[in-house]
Amino acid sequence: MKQLMSGNEAIARGAYEAGVKVAAAYPGTPSTEILENIVDYKDKIYCEWSPNEKVAAEVAIGASIAGVRSLAAMKHVGVNVAADPIFTFAYSGVNAGFVLVSADDPSMHSSQNEQDNRYYAKFAKMAMVEPSDSQEAKDFIAEALRISEQFDTPVLFRVTTRICHSKSIVELGERKEVEPKEYVRDMVKYISTPANAKIAHARVEKRLKALEEYSNKSPLNKVEYNENAKIGIVTASVAYQYAKEVFGDNASYLKLGFTYPLPMDLIKDFASKFETVYVIEELEPYMEEQMKAAGISCIGKELIPNLYELNPDVVAKALLNKESETKTLDAKVVARPPVLCPGCPHRGFFYTMSKKKNTVITSDIGCYTLGGMAPLNSVDTCICMGAGFSAGMGMAKAFEVTGSDKKVFGVLGDSTFFHSGITGAIDIIYNKGKMVPVVLDNRITGMTGHQQNPGTGRTLMGEDAIEIDPVEVLKAIGYKTVKVVDPCDLKAMGETVEEAESSKEPYAIVTKRPCVLIKTLPPFKTKCTVVKEKCKKCKMCLKVGCPAVFFKDGTSYIDQSMCVGCEVCMQVCKFDAIEKVGE
Amino acid sequence: MSDTRNILLVGVGGQGIILVSKILTAGLVKAGYDVKMSEVHGMAQRGGSVTTQVRYGKKVYSPIIGRGQADILVSFEKMEAVRWIEYLKPEGVVVVNNYEIPSMPVASGKEEYPPGLIEALQGAFKTVVLDAGKTAEEIGNIKTQNIVLLGTLVKALMLDEIDWEEIIRETINPKLVDINIKAYNKGKEL
Repeated sequence: MKQLMSGNEAIARGAYEAGVKVAAAYPGTPSTEILENIVDYKDKIYCEWSPNEKVAAEVAIGASIAGVRSLAAMKHVGVNVAADPIFTFAYSGVNAGFVLVSADDPSMHSSQNEQDNRYYAKFAKMAMVEPSDSQEAKDFIAEALRISEQFDTPVLFRVTTRICHSKSIVELGERKEVEPKEYVRDMVKYISTPANAKIAHARVEKRLKALEEYSNKSPLNKVEYNENAKIGIVTASVAYQYAKEVFGDNASYLKLGFTYPLPMDLIKDFASKFETVYVIEELEPYMEEQMKAAGISCIGKELIPNLYELNPDVVAKALLNKESETKTLDAKVVARPPVLCPGCPHRGFFYTMSKKKNTVITSDIGCYTLGGMAPLNSVDTCICMGAGFSAGMGMAKAFEVTGSDKKVFGVLGDSTFFHSGITGAIDIIYNKGKMVPVVLDNRITGMTGHQQNPGTGRTLMGEDAIEIDPVEVLKAIGYKTVKVVDPCDLKAMGETVEEAESSKEPYAIVTKRPCVLIKTLPPFKTKCTVVKEKCKKCKMCLKVGCPAVFFKDGTSYIDQSMCVGCEVCMQVCKFDAIEKVGE
Repeated sequence: MSDTRNILLVGVGGQGIILVSKILTAGLVKAGYDVKMSEVHGMAQRGGSVTTQVRYGKKVYSPIIGRGQADILVSFEKMEAVRWIEYLKPEGVVVVNNYEIPSMPVASGKEEYPPGLIEALQGAFKTVVLDAGKTAEEIGNIKTQNIVLLGTLVKALMLDEIDWEEIIRETINPKLVDINIKAYNKGKEL
């Protein structure tokens, strides 16, 4: 059967067909939909949202050691979190096949950097596979698991946003059950003591040689010759599609799907046939560097930028100096930056903080990053998952050392709290940090599109689970006061922040109000509306930064199709010009 | 690839663009085309700029459309049409919903929503302007705006050989099928 599938759906399907039995992930764009689709096969695959990527990788590693095929999926920066177990597992090797999916985000559509995770394969000395469309995403999973078992190596399955979120036609297959491998205690292999690791490293170096031999013969690495073509192109991943789009039959291609170790003999042979050899790859000169080190003359990043994602335009401009004709308009457009949704529970907190003069707000990865957008402008930093607490701790200590009286509020969400906020919260208590940790608990993992987490009481597979309450966790750690507050009650929110600022004892805040997009919430029946006659045009209501509230023709308006009646704008209006309508 | 047709759908998060592209691609696959589709929805769950690119033909390579390559630009919001206009072929067609969603700099009073956008589009391109919001409201559900636009789009693409009503039935929540088919047919008339 043929079906239009995204790369992420295809990876899930590939895992199903290849007999994977355990899959784990932490959500992160553009990887999230892999597990969201694997759950469709939950009668065959145990799958979970783990609290973070390190845990996800370790769960999949454990499953592999125990003898079943497994997969862990995460976004590129998630691999940083999971790097510790991955590097050691690359030494010990697998029992049943193990695949680590790294979903990179060139152009940073939804990420804090555009690191090129192909270097992880070289760094950790594990095999790497890169599909160029959804069909390959599905088919290569099976081959990656086979390679993992044949060569006793974890396999990095590297995809990018345009693979994950692009749809193309896939021919489906059937699931092939794979007999679990017997688990036999093997202390030399799986206990990574220095003595065992020395043996393992020697084995890894031998493995790399065997893998390079395989790479030169792998069906994943293909040559496409075109008669009379004078240009040879070495390419991989979605860049292959762009190369084909731009050069068509005017070039020959060496299209690589197995990219670590590179098939250097194959590349040398291919390159020797052409006067001009281009390396078309997205981001860093990963292949080009290795080719040049091997003495192959080629052109790559001299012409093709290593900034942002590629597309046919960039390739055509860089290599052929060709640009399509475009027509521009003499019309102005205004930017449309991402914003907190109408009714977002975070708005009340950030609006409250926007009134504070002497505070620093260390935020985190999630919807609350958007508290830094105009007009709220209430975020100082956003670094990585968990840093909202721990970088805040460092800033608070620095202010202490320098005698500054700035007050630090560290902010992160419920899912991020479980991911890596707890350790930061412990550090603040243990090392006597003078700062206020704030958990913005909206009862879901928001920005990635609503995944369950340890605080929601549900699992990925739809089972009820113990609902871990950040309030109880913070209390257990040693916070004397953990104030729970509805962030959209601006009076209570303001008082809480003031109390936190003046508290001499460890004080933590947990704001509790569900994300308005949670589908199981009762419908919002009331809305806010502006009473025109009462509106004094002071524009105070615009300061809450709600997309539903706007100013036009000399008065404020509230878009009734967007408003969910959270009342934050109503509370800031000093003239009672905003009223509640509906039952 | 000369036989490949490129459709760029743009708008604002929450307008239902992804659903339209889902129906569109399902129809194209059924008709036997090679199809690729790429979407970017950015960070925000609602209110951000959303784009979907659909390419179809005998054999499609790149999942994304280059500048000056789109045969048709369907914009669910006025300003988004202008934002993405350089992706349209000079002889391409704009289908634009006469609908305004102020972005945050506009809503917060920092900037004005630019006037004269439709006129600017009409002055430079073959432009189909429709009021999908009004049509959807007349039908009885403002949320069917996107399907009104789908109707107008498939008419402009001359993809009449595909049974779109059937695809709508297969894709949309059964409770909402009838009203959406109405919306689709209205869109075709506009």
